[in-house]
Amino acid sequence: MTMKQLDAEQLRRTLRRLSHEILERTADLSDLVFIGIRTRGVPLAERLAGELQSLVGVRPLVGALDVTLYRDDFNQGGGVRTSLKKTDLPFSCEGKDVVLVDDVLYTGRTARAALAALVNFGRPRRVRLAILVDRGGRELPIRADFVGKNIEAIHPEEVRVHLEETDGQDAVFKRS
Amino acid sequence: MNVETYRRKDLLSIRELEPEEISFLLDQTDSFREINERDIKKVPTLRGKTIANLFFEDSTRTRASFEIAGKRLSADVINLSVSTSSTNKGETLRDTARNIEAMATDVLVVRHWASGAPAYLGRELGCAVVNAGDGCHEHPTQALLDLYTIREHKEKFKGLNVSIVGDIAHSRVARSNVAGLLKLGANVTFCGPSTMLPAEVECLGARVTTRLDEAIDEADVLIALRIQLERGAGNAFPSEREYANTYGITKKKLQGAKRDLLIMHPGPINRGVEMAPDVADGPFSVILEQVEYGVACRMAILYLLSVKKEEEPKDAAPKEADAAREAESSEKSRKEARDVVAH
Repeated sequence: MTMKQLDAEQLRRTLRRLSHEILERTADLSDLVFIGIRTRGVPLAERLAGELQSLVGVRPLVGALDVTLYRDDFNQGGGVRTSLKKTDLPFSCEGKDVVLVDDVLYTGRTARAALAALVNFGRPRRVRLAILVDRGGRELPIRADFVGKNIEAIHPEEVRVHLEETDGQDAVFKRS
Repeated sequence: MNVETYRRKDLLSIRELEPEEISFLLDQTDSFREINERDIKKVPTLRGKTIANLFFEDSTRTRASFEIAGKRLSADVINLSVSTSSTNKGETLRDTARNIEAMATDVLVVRHWASGAPAYLGRELGCAVVNAGDGCHEHPTQALLDLYTIREHKEKFKGLNVSIVGDIAHSRVARSNVAGLLKLGANVTFCGPSTMLPAEVECLGARVTTRLDEAIDEADVLIALRIQLERGAGNAFPSEREYANTYGITKKKLQGAKRDLLIMHPGPINRGVEMAPDVADGPFSVILEQVEYGVACRMAILYLLSVKKEEEPKDAAPKEADAAREAESSEKSRKEARDVVAH
């Protein structure tokens, strides 16, 4: 059974609220950068940057990070197997105030891999995690700093984020 | 196509690949390229994997390229060349390779003077085998990096005219390239003296000419091949000077060429023989780009062949996770039961 958890309008409002929260908790915007985790974290990071621009007139730089090569399940059959996409960081992370952006936070392994990847691009001053949906089920000591929506989902239930840019529509589904 | 559906154990030839597989390998090359532009050019992905470069023929570029690719992926790389190996002591190819595999090697990169040697090892060994050039047969990673370089500059292959000039008969680069180019929709012209065209050359699917001007005329890409004197190419023409006069790529001969003609060479160059220095170092030459992309290309290959593929996609992991969760919940219920008793 598939249930819609957020429609396009709710998703838009959620992102707006997230951008307000980020703004409130960022004293100095000059070093703020958004790094989206491939695949869906990237359009989300772009949108958050757009929201911030309409709020304060400054658009933070946006980068894309592919964490495939840093995953810890590389040698396990059944690990996440997406093809490598390009990492594209048009800035050094040295001294930056980084907000990592992803669609769903589940086991925390992607976030861990992202942190491992990030240190190769300089030493950020601070790293925070913004997530559209936190579905629980952590396997590592990781939490998000900014959460769009909490959706309780227990394996094998699935939470799917669809975005205009990648899937043709904005919506969040839960399938059980 | 993705990492999971690319299920080949070895990379032996371009001829055996489907067009989608070639495109996928080029896409992956593109993704890996960025790593070589970082300050820290290393990712931890192949930590604990062992890659053996087994070279029965001289090579600088290809061997170094595979070695750098492996090291940037954090694999352990060992190099074995024939002069230092036990083949000199009479060991067979099969035994040498099986011994290397017995040391828990994950990927064996083989260059051999005999066509088909890597394919033979691919059948004999359980580890992944990469053909780094076999006799006059194929050199698939060279073709992939050539195709990638062409795609970077020309964007699409359909209708593209690619001329390959020189010692076609002895060239594994020509054979791998023609296979890949035709699969992706390009037109290929072979050009060389008739003594350097293999018997039944038309079976390879390329247009054939012995006149260099015909090969240059409509070409979008020109690949000059090295004259392989070590393979007896010297017998195919009277003198190097005569070859240079007739088939050497010079500025003068390129006067009628397309303005955006791409000049390529697999290296090493015999300067002044198959290519004049001012062409090799000229504005249309992408020879060093080829070398640069070669590392990314080989990283992509080593990565794809090292990924442990699942026998039945999707099944194993969830089952394991289920079992873990079940154990956890029964542990929990037992604990709860204890708690209740305690109260």
